[in-house]
Amino acid sequence: MTKLKSPSSKSAADSELIATIEEQSAELRLLRKEVAEWRKKYEKGELRDIAFTNSEKEIQAIYTPLDAAETSAEALGMPGFYPYTRGIHPTGYRGRLWTMRQFAGFGSARDTNERYKFLLAHGQTGLSVAFDFPTLMGYDSDHPRSEGEVGKCGVAISSLADMQMLFDGIPLDQVSTSMTINGPAVILYCFYIAAAEKQGVDSTKLRGTIQNDILKEYMAQHAWVYPIEPALRLIVDCFEWSAEHVPQWNTISISGYHIREAGATAAQELAFTLADGFTYVERGIARGLNVDTFAPRLSFFWDIHNDFFEEIAKLRAARRIWARHMKERYGAKDPRSLMMRFHSQTAGVTLTAQQPMNNIIRVAYQAMAAALGGTQSLHTNSMDETLALPTEESVQVALRTQQILAYETGIPNVVDPLGGSYYVETLTTELEREAESLFEQIAQIGGVVRGLETGWLQRRINESAARQQWEIEQHRRIIVGVNDFVTDEPELTIELLKVTEQTEREQKERMAKMRAGRDNARVEKKMGALREAAATSRNLMPYILDCARAYCTLYEIRAAMEAVFGAYREPVFF
Amino acid sequence: MRPIRVLVAKPGLDGHDRGAKVVAAALRDAGMEVIYTGLHQTPEMIATAAIQEDVDVIGLSILSGAHMTLIPRVQELVRAQGRDDILITGGGIIPKDDVDALEHRGIGRLFGPGTPTTELIEYIKEWFATREKQEA
Repeated sequence: MTKLKSPSSKSAADSELIATIEEQSAELRLLRKEVAEWRKKYEKGELRDIAFTNSEKEIQAIYTPLDAAETSAEALGMPGFYPYTRGIHPTGYRGRLWTMRQFAGFGSARDTNERYKFLLAHGQTGLSVAFDFPTLMGYDSDHPRSEGEVGKCGVAISSLADMQMLFDGIPLDQVSTSMTINGPAVILYCFYIAAAEKQGVDSTKLRGTIQNDILKEYMAQHAWVYPIEPALRLIVDCFEWSAEHVPQWNTISISGYHIREAGATAAQELAFTLADGFTYVERGIARGLNVDTFAPRLSFFWDIHNDFFEEIAKLRAARRIWARHMKERYGAKDPRSLMMRFHSQTAGVTLTAQQPMNNIIRVAYQAMAAALGGTQSLHTNSMDETLALPTEESVQVALRTQQILAYETGIPNVVDPLGGSYYVETLTTELEREAESLFEQIAQIGGVVRGLETGWLQRRINESAARQQWEIEQHRRIIVGVNDFVTDEPELTIELLKVTEQTEREQKERMAKMRAGRDNARVEKKMGALREAAATSRNLMPYILDCARAYCTLYEIRAAMEAVFGAYREPVFF
Repeated sequence: MRPIRVLVAKPGLDGHDRGAKVVAAALRDAGMEVIYTGLHQTPEMIATAAIQEDVDVIGLSILSGAHMTLIPRVQELVRAQGRDDILITGGGIIPKDDVDALEHRGIGRLFGPGTPTTELIEYIKEWFATREKQEA
């Protein structure tokens, strides 16, 4: 990272250059000597009897310019410039703060609509929809497989009618909405577009994100519907169609979050997620799309775990790797194709059921790492999420955590404030190397799709999860309140949110009414057209949107395509 | 003593299997014979597998909030086959009131997040030893 002074004239430049080099090698000798002297003292010192690691690798006690010299000035760049290590915006958070986007959804569309209005009134700047498990899997609320699960872990949305109710009184050209949905993603996306049409809002005005990342579902999160190949086809259909019709929409959020939550280390999260991203890019190119028509709308989603500096380095490394591969491997020319934009969420898996108030502190540190890593938007978890869905009070504390970070700490005043830290730069470069080595291993096993079919990727994640559990049980890793600093638990004093069975009953009644009231001949016709198109190579988006407009339900649309595509079967092992 | 046979199962639509897999591996390492069902199982599929595999214990993992529907359903189906000697235990995100209600209706212990695997291994071994003694 050493920088040469720019010379003023040629002859003067030569002597100046020689002087600079001499000066620098003298500095370097001095530094080496100092480091050696420090090491002598360090080795005589008494150390605490614990492992000094992040993820599973040993870290040094100190980092110096000797380590940071591994990172060239070109690898760093300036904010807003290739390779975007220091951020994608030249203004950092001085231009615009990150979007505070709390993931929320429970009960009926009506209940969740009220929570959204509450969050918007408290200064939240974007919406994020959590769907219930039936919706995530493509089942209607009145399907037998949905019993007992309707509205429990998110909001139940089974048709355009529910989507209209979810955004009742919220103008869709005024908000940006993120939807965590994968297996049936394009169906819910079409419900949203159709709901906007009902409000008189054209699809070109819509801003938001659908997660739509099916590869990580097979790898970690498991809300799949179709087998891998047809699922990838639907995603490329979405890229292609949206570039013209919903140009401001993020057509995918390539997610490390669930991979990490399932047990991956930071380096695995980084590498597996980016490898997923490259796979989507390759599929788009294979369809014949120009990479610059769809790559600018690809976005990412990272988990922000406990190891503060490793997480910051991970975000910086992610931007650099993405930019380089997009430029050098895939020939992207539009700078927006090279810029990795991402959402972050604090790590749910680090929250503890024991002493739940401690979770507020964990979330605050993780949120700080996300901001120091330059996230574009952030969800902060609520303290009670290991116990139940969060209450309004705990969600408010989580949102306030972000507001204190944004407005009181001064952290957003400087772009990439840890840039140049010997430690952070070294970690960034090391994580990049680890990711590159994992990319090679994935290529050797035949790529991501093959790695999922054989379970190679899933096994790596399981092994890491088992190792972490072992470390906790062996006290090699301390979790405050869980395996150390344990107190006799008083009865829980925080109130928990409970979704009652009434939601399911009412949702079923609403569905019955909707089914009776719609034009069922039109429903049949639109589904027939979709089934027929699914058997060809035509882009399915217009057909799905037509089904949505006709009030075909989620499961009806899922089933129409399933008749052609079949269903995914999980390779089971532990 | 013969090895204890355990069915680790994921009922419902919830895809969170990190806990189930960590537990399955820990029970196996503790010398038990473990069968893991995979995800998205109905109570019928779980009860059938439990009877066919002649297990001693069913371990249910639920993080979706559907425990009050799914756990009693598995219990009813297993009992309907005359197998009320099978221990039904499990874990996940289950509020204390619900844990009490389920234990009251004859479900075994339900473990929350952060439980060391040694604790549930000990619990299953103790339960099994007591049952064997009663049968002897």
